[in-house]
Amino acid sequence: MKPIIEINKLSKKYKYGVSQPYYSLRDSLTNWITDPVKVLAGNKKTDMGQFWALKDIDLNVKEGEIVGIIGRNGAGKTTLLKVLSRITPPTEGKAVLRGRVASLLEVGTGFHPELTGRENIFLNGAILGMSRVEVRKKFDDIVDFAEIERFLDTPVKRYSSGMHMRLAFAVAAHLEAEILLIDEVLSVGDTAFQQKSLGKMENISQSGRTILFVSHNLGMVKKLCLKGIIIKDGRSSKLTAIDELINTYQQSRQTSSASIRLNRYNLEFINFRVNGISVKDEPEVFPESQMEITAEYKGSGNKSYDLCLSFALRKKEDYTLMYYSHNHLENVRHMTEKKGSISLRFHLPHVSPGKYTLETQIWLDGNLVTDGFEMGDLTVVSAPAFASHKSFANFPAHLLIPSLWRIRK
Amino acid sequence: MRVSSRETVISPKSFGVFHLAEIVRFRELFYIFSWRDIKVRYKQTFLGIFWVIFQPLVTTIIFTVFFGNFAKIPSGDLPYPLFVLTGLVFWNYFSNSVSHAANSMIENESIIKKVYFPKIILPLSSLLTGFIDFLINLFILFIFAVVTGHSPNLRIIYLLPFSILVTIFSSSGIGLFLASVNVKYRDVRYILPFFIQILLFITPVIYPLSILSPSHKIYMAFNPMSGAVEASRGIFSGTTPDFFLLTVSAVSSLLILIAGFVYFSKTEKFFADIV
Repeated sequence: MKPIIEINKLSKKYKYGVSQPYYSLRDSLTNWITDPVKVLAGNKKTDMGQFWALKDIDLNVKEGEIVGIIGRNGAGKTTLLKVLSRITPPTEGKAVLRGRVASLLEVGTGFHPELTGRENIFLNGAILGMSRVEVRKKFDDIVDFAEIERFLDTPVKRYSSGMHMRLAFAVAAHLEAEILLIDEVLSVGDTAFQQKSLGKMENISQSGRTILFVSHNLGMVKKLCLKGIIIKDGRSSKLTAIDELINTYQQSRQTSSASIRLNRYNLEFINFRVNGISVKDEPEVFPESQMEITAEYKGSGNKSYDLCLSFALRKKEDYTLMYYSHNHLENVRHMTEKKGSISLRFHLPHVSPGKYTLETQIWLDGNLVTDGFEMGDLTVVSAPAFASHKSFANFPAHLLIPSLWRIRK
Repeated sequence: MRVSSRETVISPKSFGVFHLAEIVRFRELFYIFSWRDIKVRYKQTFLGIFWVIFQPLVTTIIFTVFFGNFAKIPSGDLPYPLFVLTGLVFWNYFSNSVSHAANSMIENESIIKKVYFPKIILPLSSLLTGFIDFLINLFILFIFAVVTGHSPNLRIIYLLPFSILVTIFSSSGIGLFLASVNVKYRDVRYILPFFIQILLFITPVIYPLSILSPSHKIYMAFNPMSGAVEASRGIFSGTTPDFFLLTVSAVSSLLILIAGFVYFSKTEKFFADIV
């Protein structure tokens, strides 16, 4: 049987200049006047930077497989899904998709704030390729799943962001298609709904549909997919079993230093420290103690940015998110200077011992510039936890809360 | 699992090829975009749907006072208010369609970047939205004509479809072309109101074509809206419009439609990358 997705040497080239949001007629006229020869010679903009967002991607996916696609920001994951969804054309190569394709690059595409929840279900459904009959058939399921019965006839602009998200995902989750292309959509929303969405995704996969799933969240990729590929600089690895793939991916990331250079902003985060020790040296921390995480940066430009920085702790073995905070949550504002640092202090509760990954996200003037960057690992050492002196090592919960057993006769 | 026989081939060549079947497949989206625009437009407005008839009526009154009464522009055997309202009903449909179609790509940028569908649906659905307004206005026009004692004559059978088709063809052609140019050059946003205003003056909306010498009329007819407006007046007036001029306008509108369509289809595939 033929593979349901067959990708052969698929490549996509972008020109730097063209990615500008828009440019005016004047620029084009200037080109004509200053250099008519070049314009007439067929637009050979040799001086323009070009890069391959995708280069020679080969991939065959069998029916019913769920393939995870992982890679850093800007590696080309989203571009691949955009080409496969026919949003943007490839420059070279070919892909054959045998079945109805539904792509979900963003949740809530085309929602109109003035329209009611009910109306938006039909609008969004149609935009994603559902017929009216299909939407009507699934309508009750969608409403149930989104938990918005009471607000069906309220304009979406009065919805909370959580309700908005739930409704958007609910429509998308009820798409009927043999092939689903999904980009990052699960990484939004509160945890309870995330769990529900993940469960829904597992259902979808069990019904025999083929899914390409792009995510930064390795935990989700591991949970959903059996196989996957890594995309790096537009090139793809071979289709590999997911555990092996994630190991390879993490090893490749470990070689990166605990610094982030943001060239476009002339800003560099030079070091991240935990209790004064650089994360490069794998600091150790004790549970039930004060913990301080510091990000040090220096800038070479004159511009100052409104910095928002998050720290997250993730259990390394199963990627559970144990802790997350950013300074705007606590109403702390910071404008970057030539040299500075921002630090976070909190009381680390009695978490299970082992290795944890320290992650950061950085926003400058409200724009996300790095997402889920792994700065390094730290170890939470094992400390006496129970009166029985049993160790925490094989304890099933992540968090130990002092408890008191009582027996009454 | 239902096995679908649908096979999609993606290659550099598979883009930009016009598939009528694709548009048919996405026809529901066509209605739903129009429906959305109609629904959204008058939400949270006090006068609501009344706005549709407000604009042509007020313009008619002002034009009648200034051009009809003061400037004494001739209007043939029709009273000036009916004369100018007839022209305005078609002209407004044309100008609203063109400006909505021209902005349709930019306004729906987020959808274009995230979902696949034949993009031609967007400008065409804004034409459908405008058509609903046009029908309402047409209804008002007929009431007004009957009330003022100028019931439509038998020529309505071919003159009305002619005017409507020429208006649709020329606004589609220009709208498609501008929608595509607008993706790359936002200059369109600034040129458009100016362009439409100029076009109003070279279209016989406030004056009759008969005030021009015959040799100049032919140039006017290259503007397809001249033909549409002239023909629409023949519905109420006793004089038969000049068929030669109508033919020139009809051919011109067809050429505009084809040119706009071809240009749009050729540039469409890059919209998601540059919008």
